[in-house]
Amino acid sequence: MAKHEIKLGIYCSADEEITSALDMEALEKVALGESKAIVWKTHKKITSPEGEALIKKDIEEHGLDRIVVLDRSQRANPDMFNFGDNIFVEQVPFRELVVWTHEPNDEDTQMLAEDYLRMFAAKMGSVKPAEAAEYEGDMSRKILVIGGGVSGLRTALQSAKCGFEVELVEKEDHLGGHAARWKTTFPTKEPYTKIVDNNIDELIGEVDAHDKINVHLSTKVKRISGAPGFFQATLKNGTVAEPIQIGSIVQATGWKPYNAKKLGHLGYGVKNVITNIQMEDMIAKDAIVRPSDNKAPESIAFIQCAGSRDKEHLPYCSAVCCRVSLKHAMLVREKYPDTKIFVIYKDIRSPGQYELFYQNAQNDPAFFFTKGEVAEVKELANGGLIIDVDETLLGEAISIEADMLVLATGMVPTTLVEDTVMDVGEETPADAPVEEEEDLNDGKKASSSAEVGARILNLTYRQGSDLPTLKYGFPDSHFICFPYETRRTAIFAAGTVRAPMDIAQATTDANGAALKAVQAINMLDKGMGLHPRSRDLSFPDFFLQRCTQCKRCTEDCPFGALDEDEKGTPKPNTTRCRRCGTCMGACPERIINFDNFSVPMGNAMIKAIEVPEELEEKPRIIAFMCENDALPALEAAAAKRLKFNPWVRIIPVRCLGSVNLVWITNCLDNGMDGIMMLGCKHGDDYQCHFVKGSELAQYRMGNAQEKLQQMALEEERVIVDSIAIDEWEKAIKVIEDYSEVIEEIGANPFKDF
Amino acid sequence: MPESEVSLNTDLLVVGGGIAGITTAVESSEAGLDVVLIEKEPYLGGRVSRFHHYFPKLCPPACGLEINYKRLRGNPSVKIYTLSEVQSIEGKEGDYTVTITVKPRYVHPWAMDYTEWAKSCPVEIEDDFNYGLNNKKAVYRNYENAFPQTFVVDESVVDNPDFREWVKSCPDGGIDLEMKPLTIKVKTASIAWATGWQPYDANKLDILSYGKHPDIITNVMMERLAAENGPTAGKITLPSGKDKVGSVAFVQCAGSRDENHLPFCSGVCCLASLKQASYVLEQYPEADVHMFYIDVRTPGRLEDFYQEREENPKINMHRGKVARVDIEEDGLIVTAENTLTATLEKVKVDLVVLATGMQPSTMDTPPPIDISMDENGFIEQKADAEGIYGVGTCVRPYDVAATLQDATGAAVKALQMARRA
Repeated sequence: MAKHEIKLGIYCSADEEITSALDMEALEKVALGESKAIVWKTHKKITSPEGEALIKKDIEEHGLDRIVVLDRSQRANPDMFNFGDNIFVEQVPFRELVVWTHEPNDEDTQMLAEDYLRMFAAKMGSVKPAEAAEYEGDMSRKILVIGGGVSGLRTALQSAKCGFEVELVEKEDHLGGHAARWKTTFPTKEPYTKIVDNNIDELIGEVDAHDKINVHLSTKVKRISGAPGFFQATLKNGTVAEPIQIGSIVQATGWKPYNAKKLGHLGYGVKNVITNIQMEDMIAKDAIVRPSDNKAPESIAFIQCAGSRDKEHLPYCSAVCCRVSLKHAMLVREKYPDTKIFVIYKDIRSPGQYELFYQNAQNDPAFFFTKGEVAEVKELANGGLIIDVDETLLGEAISIEADMLVLATGMVPTTLVEDTVMDVGEETPADAPVEEEEDLNDGKKASSSAEVGARILNLTYRQGSDLPTLKYGFPDSHFICFPYETRRTAIFAAGTVRAPMDIAQATTDANGAALKAVQAINMLDKGMGLHPRSRDLSFPDFFLQRCTQCKRCTEDCPFGALDEDEKGTPKPNTTRCRRCGTCMGACPERIINFDNFSVPMGNAMIKAIEVPEELEEKPRIIAFMCENDALPALEAAAAKRLKFNPWVRIIPVRCLGSVNLVWITNCLDNGMDGIMMLGCKHGDDYQCHFVKGSELAQYRMGNAQEKLQQMALEEERVIVDSIAIDEWEKAIKVIEDYSEVIEEIGANPFKDF
Repeated sequence: MPESEVSLNTDLLVVGGGIAGITTAVESSEAGLDVVLIEKEPYLGGRVSRFHHYFPKLCPPACGLEINYKRLRGNPSVKIYTLSEVQSIEGKEGDYTVTITVKPRYVHPWAMDYTEWAKSCPVEIEDDFNYGLNNKKAVYRNYENAFPQTFVVDESVVDNPDFREWVKSCPDGGIDLEMKPLTIKVKTASIAWATGWQPYDANKLDILSYGKHPDIITNVMMERLAAENGPTAGKITLPSGKDKVGSVAFVQCAGSRDENHLPFCSGVCCLASLKQASYVLEQYPEADVHMFYIDVRTPGRLEDFYQEREENPKINMHRGKVARVDIEEDGLIVTAENTLTATLEKVKVDLVVLATGMQPSTMDTPPPIDISMDENGFIEQKADAEGIYGVGTCVRPYDVAATLQDATGAAVKALQMARRA
């Protein structure tokens, strides 16, 4: 949008704090002069009802459509200046970035204030209010739930009770998953000591009876193409059915037991050594007997963490096995009042009110708890077992004799392809990794970065067929604050596929997943973005005529939003997009832009900065800062009235991933002396809420360094650093240290060109 | 004068503006509901805003809070009231009328940032945000990125003549000590009760000598000592004034898994202490850390967090319940008992951190309506939607991730109740 079309008003608070620090007349001159504002006004407190009324009046009188307010960050006055959808308002953190953090009545401070005025006025000339996306065709409000165990059933039921239609897919010929075989679980209400029914039959009954839930048994997902609201799910039950249009998806495919065949060192393979899975089945059949002679056992030992918390096997804790063994032992004790129970454990994990369940077992004199490491399991001629335990609390090795041994094996997510599935009893083998080689990715091979795992969803996404997984194969969120954060928009994981958990937790987890599935449809239906840019209406526009098929955008998108055609041209999917701008940062042709956040916007802000000549010895440093963490950290420092170098001009960005290389080169071409990119921590414990924005910024530094070499400039001219939201001290330090570095290496030689 | 009574119609009332309540409110509103969110403190954020970092990522809670605040800012479907408490609940499932009292903030929402001016305030109060580790000015904001950003006048000083005199010097007239409480009547389909937890009162732990020496602190105080927005700007120092921390003992299950105190396990204290061990070692790499435990409870993938620390030679794990903490001139003596071998183990340290558990706030302040609660104050949770339901740590002693899973799930109940109403 050309500059002359906009009608800009610039408003500045003029209390003593500001007027005693700055030359207001000079600001006015810039505003009405080079920044071409139609209106420049000051008010004692522009961020007040009176100030708001003043601006409103001007909008009516002068037809203003762009408003810049110079006072506090929008975070301080979030509910102000809503003048309607067509008026673009920018609240500039003027006190934070200028008045509080720099010397009053100082030439450098005045230049800084004028630059911010110019920068944000320039921004106004290249942005416009975003409009909600419009879709071709009608969105589906249907939810696809994959997996008919506790989590899937509960997700389906809760979604249906919210008024949404559900397609529930289960690969077996019956619903209920593991819970249908086992029927009992731990207590979640007072007195917390008694084993309770898991109510699975009731749950299945409710699902079967609900008219909004369509159950597909013995069915798998053959493929899912499209995007949220417009997914086309092809189901297969012997034959391939017609695709169903789907709004959002919950994957609740559950867990598999760890392969006990790998536990020979704990005696597995010996007749009277069984797993907790086999024990559950014995209990369900009311046949708790010693396998070798079908006699009632006089003593049973349980080995906890069998293949869990073990680097050679599952390094994690499955979180339920302690309680499962306690439950088994209690059920044994009910049936055989004289049977002794030995529990060999590392730590008994019974958090919360489950502690009372554990105490109940401790109070039973037939329970013997031994903390230690199992050294060896030996079989006796009579079928009995000797378990040698080391590193006990008594400091000595002990031996336990028992008729039977139960190995408390852990849980493996169904998303993991490995030979970890046991093949005892009726246990179903793992989903075959790939049933048939098929062209799933719309003619494109999955990128090398795609996660390796079981194919369950069979998405036709360029970035792979399933939800990306974290460590150990769980497709979990990486965020403590946002347990349903997902890297595939509107596809959520629930229950034991996401993390090891018991039925009670799976039930609440399913509630949450159902809410997210429903919510995704609600937001997308309004053309709005989902978390973390909730309610954002902006969506990137791709000017594909100039696309060179370099595929950087399709590779870099953290959410797999972009597919490709045969030539490698991106195929945007509006409803998969999370509006972070990573694609905008990636594009060497600069053809990806949002209405209210764009490459030209950044260029205009950079160009608006006045660069003093080298002789003036006033370097200019640009800091691109993440608006969620780095900038609030600096604003906190500002509120503490900490000072930093007035050479620095800050450009807030949605994410460091949205910083386009052309901004860097423009900075250098325009004579800026240094460029900082300040974002979130990356690596294993990444904090970037767009997953890899800051990591990509680091990666793309390579390109920036190339540019520096071409221009024969020092590599320190561009840096990337991380600042977390609480690191206000570091924010100041990073800026101060960098200012010193720039002072030392001297001016950008291109400055005076 | 402000209005004295306001009536609102909404789909959901969320009581409690900690991370559970915020999440329930945000998630419900984005699913299409109108929400009223109330918080009794002057700021949102609750207990987690007082944490330094979360386990296992050691990331600041303020980061996720900021994203949630962003989702609240300018969100037309969430109305937020701080300094607010429920007085009464009438009606039934689908049609409640809740009476709420909003205490005056004594500061107008448009008032300026008083950081500079407040420095001259002659009246100080105990800083309860920092668990009494320091004092603060009677006009304050808990920390810079608090929500809302507006300062607050502590109600205890409103009638203090020195304070009243000083307020006349307010640079922008944004303070009004004559503000009156407001009563709000909210008609709502359902109520999410998310009033969170309080640390178990360490004063009841006599044998652990809490209150007898400044360097015997609780785990929540340790969070404040490590936090950049805390009383020491994140420098872990001994409250007694000695600056260097040479050794620390973490006493697990301090008042937990104990019939005389809290019989249940709080589920998070092991992880919190392991996390705090890292805080100490980051600042004092040579310090000796001792952790006395009964069982280390780090479920799921959190086991990795434990293993990393178990392998650290500076972290000494001792299996045993601490019997007593004694104060000697040159240090604090922690005595632990191995119940199997009946032997005692003694360790001398500079700082003792009592890993106290989480008590649901509903223990002291239950909802003013008939609701099923256990004897420890936890609200019974049902799988299906109901008119009023507990969320987060008033249901179970959850960690943050599980709390937020529960809070998101609570929103589905709100949605169903709103449909029925």
